[in-house]
Amino acid sequence: MSEHSTYVPGNAVEKWLDDRLPVVRFAKEHLMDFPTPKNLNYWWTFGAILVMCLGVQIVTGIILAMHYTPNVAMAFDSVEHIRRDVNGGRIIQATHAVGASMFFIALYIHMFRGLFYGSYKAPREILWILGVVIFLLTTATAFMGYILPWGQMSFWGATVISNIFTAIPLVGENIKQLVLGGFAVGNPTLNRFFSLHYLLPFIIAAVVALHIWALHVPGNNNPVGVEVKDSRDTVPFHPYYTMKDLYGMVLFMIPFAWFVFFAPDILGHPDNYVMANAQVTPAHIVPEWYLLPFYTILRAIDFNILFIDSKLGGVIAMGGAMLMLLIVPWLDTSKVRSGVFRPMFKWFFALFAINFVGLMYLGAQPAEGIYTVMAKVCTAYYFIYFLVILPVLSRIETPKPLPTSISESVLGKNAHA
Amino acid sequence: MIGASNMNIRKLIITAAALAAGLAMAPAQAAGGGAHVERQSWSFGGIFGTYDTNQLQRGFQVFREVCSSCHSAHLISFRNLMEEGGPEFSEAQVRALALEYEVADITAESGRRPAVPADRWPSPFANDQEARDANGGALPPDFSVLAKARGVTDPFPTWIFNYFTGYQEGGPDYIHALLNGYHEEVPETAPHSADGTPFQLPEGKHYNDYFPGHAIGMAPPLADGVVSYAESEDGQSVPQTLEQYSTDVAAFMMWMAEPHLVSRKQTGFAVLIFLVLFAGLMYGTKRKIWAGIEH
Amino acid sequence: MSILLMVSRAGAGSVICASYGETDLSTQAEHSSTNRRDFLFVATGAVGAVGAAAVVWPLINQLNPDASTLALASIQYDVGPIAEGQSVTIMWRGLPVFVRHRTPKEIEEAQAVPMSDLKDPETDEARTKPGHEQWLIMIANCTHLGCIPVGESGDFDGWFCPCHGSHYDSAGRIRRGPAPKNLVVPPYEFLSDTLVQIG
Repeated sequence: MSEHSTYVPGNAVEKWLDDRLPVVRFAKEHLMDFPTPKNLNYWWTFGAILVMCLGVQIVTGIILAMHYTPNVAMAFDSVEHIRRDVNGGRIIQATHAVGASMFFIALYIHMFRGLFYGSYKAPREILWILGVVIFLLTTATAFMGYILPWGQMSFWGATVISNIFTAIPLVGENIKQLVLGGFAVGNPTLNRFFSLHYLLPFIIAAVVALHIWALHVPGNNNPVGVEVKDSRDTVPFHPYYTMKDLYGMVLFMIPFAWFVFFAPDILGHPDNYVMANAQVTPAHIVPEWYLLPFYTILRAIDFNILFIDSKLGGVIAMGGAMLMLLIVPWLDTSKVRSGVFRPMFKWFFALFAINFVGLMYLGAQPAEGIYTVMAKVCTAYYFIYFLVILPVLSRIETPKPLPTSISESVLGKNAHA
Repeated sequence: MIGASNMNIRKLIITAAALAAGLAMAPAQAAGGGAHVERQSWSFGGIFGTYDTNQLQRGFQVFREVCSSCHSAHLISFRNLMEEGGPEFSEAQVRALALEYEVADITAESGRRPAVPADRWPSPFANDQEARDANGGALPPDFSVLAKARGVTDPFPTWIFNYFTGYQEGGPDYIHALLNGYHEEVPETAPHSADGTPFQLPEGKHYNDYFPGHAIGMAPPLADGVVSYAESEDGQSVPQTLEQYSTDVAAFMMWMAEPHLVSRKQTGFAVLIFLVLFAGLMYGTKRKIWAGIEH
Repeated sequence: MSILLMVSRAGAGSVICASYGETDLSTQAEHSSTNRRDFLFVATGAVGAVGAAAVVWPLINQLNPDASTLALASIQYDVGPIAEGQSVTIMWRGLPVFVRHRTPKEIEEAQAVPMSDLKDPETDEARTKPGHEQWLIMIANCTHLGCIPVGESGDFDGWFCPCHGSHYDSAGRIRRGPAPKNLVVPPYEFLSDTLVQIG
């Protein structure tokens, strides 16, 4: 898929540039002419939507950093200063805060799309792994960013999460002190998290570049999961997918704008409008919603396993739940990519998606009574899905017959319609 | 089944909206929370809501005459009182008001000088410790963002609807309920402790239906007739009741916490109308471009 | 990484120059030259790695608690004014610390608990100082996830953590709930009858 360039330098200057640094050729090959399967559905627009989200966060973030003060005495008031006094500050701040939530909505949809259509299967394992790396980096960035307003949830969320390090035997307390720069969350913590929160998005952008590179080597997967056979299966990226992706972005901006302008605080927690106070714990410490599934898994392990105590066990389970995504390409060995043609997989996948929302719901509930039981059941299914169901289904399931090519599947569908 | 590749757009929007709502979680129940807080009808509620200038002016009067003797509002400047979308006092009124207060200024001769509109609202106590000592150990919270630092936890599925109605008035609802929730004696509805002993009100505390744990340090601050509202120009008088005071001051506190609410919503309408229009055009363009392609 | 590569490349260059002058030596000499060359490569790489580590360590170590933070590592506090049955919370190393003047009833209860009832067995004597049994001094963060438990509550006449429901007894030992350990007793000593040094 490398020889599809139709670029011919139009004049002497372009020719001169093309011989030295062929950026125009590169852009034409990868942003315009790139052959893309013609049957991609709207779930595929979330990749472009995520690029937009990253851009929005970086631009609004740089602006906020111009007005923000990373100091425990002034951070809370400086965020209020942005909201009250900076021109348009309320909107820019709300866009950044709501933007984090919208980023994760798009990120989760993008990941579940990959999981359903088997986009992680050969030859796209590296593409998938880079995506998981982006997810982990984004989670870390969001977590550090949530500390910066220096409200009660900022402080106590950071305290709870940094205490996770103390579960590591022997060196845990030292690692915690190294991360926090003190014995508890304090000014050094706020300063370094600000610095890293500013840095990480640019690293994410670099990994996104690798992610797109890894996408452009094998080309896109598609809803039927059959590889592209010839040029009849594809259309050039521009104008077909540039316009479709732009349309998806504009649609995505509608709920985004709804939250920014009409309910900017609804995704947050009232306690974060109380300045951080080391001597008062909020009644319930709830992480941001996008971390809740993993928070539930952390809390679900409240029993000792052999010599591993419950605390370390919870940390291992939570870390495992995230890192396990890295090996999904080798857990699901079915040759059929798309879930559309896998009659059994389809149902287990649907249950997995519901289970994930369930984990999210349970993370916001107090850890008592029926909720702890449900948390254990949901956590168990999360792991069983990857470690048992995917490998077993790969062996026992009989997939439906696949179309021989993308163009055949498209024609067949339109004939029925 | 290949139809999955032809995802119907309406279905997509519905799914995405449901996901957005489902993913965003409601805050957990407040521990030892009080009785159910009644929703009030606020002029600033809903997507068309704006502040009622007269109500904010009355609320400011309650704040100034009653609340501000214990509660600070350190993020509020005098100038905010004349800004658009707020109580909108005239500049002359605000200048005269500021002159009634003194603020610390190390460059002034005696270390203090009369306030000007650019100054922050002076706090009643020098620091938190002094405030605690004067209030039986309880710290009166700062009012600047208090209306957004309090909230009401709605049960499922109400909190999902809130994402679509944009309900953001839990704070004022709670403040209104709290101010009306006092009892002189511990009522029979008071919760018993786990071992069955009746509710014990610690000395110096007051029983309130809505305060988490019910024992609040603040004595009932408002009662019928404690603030004298001026008659409005058209001769209509506003009732001088606890109910009216608490509604007005809760509205004023919401303005303090969210001073740009009106302009934010106005901009929001322009943005949403633009986006819907643009989305329609994008859809047409996309269809036109794809018209010749079987997909 | 790139520094190391450059170093080993430079090393290789000099070895090649050296070996030109030895072309007329015997096979054995050539063999020992190869050995010497391998050694040179390894030594160069190792020295380069040490240099890189020496540069990286200060860059990481700056993350550790700084001098101004460490200066507050130890504090002195006069517990004299705390009446029986009262607690105060003081700050030590940015952490809240409970100082509780226990009632005789609480001390009795704490000492009477059999070790077999405890999730993290520890006697009351081990958690207090001899002659100062009425003073219970411990870090106020729940050992589960660091919330601050509420005093004089819970089912064991001690502390109750509202975050995830851990109950501690009147010696601050975990009795029920998700917390794995007793509330941590910081290192402290009585300098006089009422003056305590923590840390």
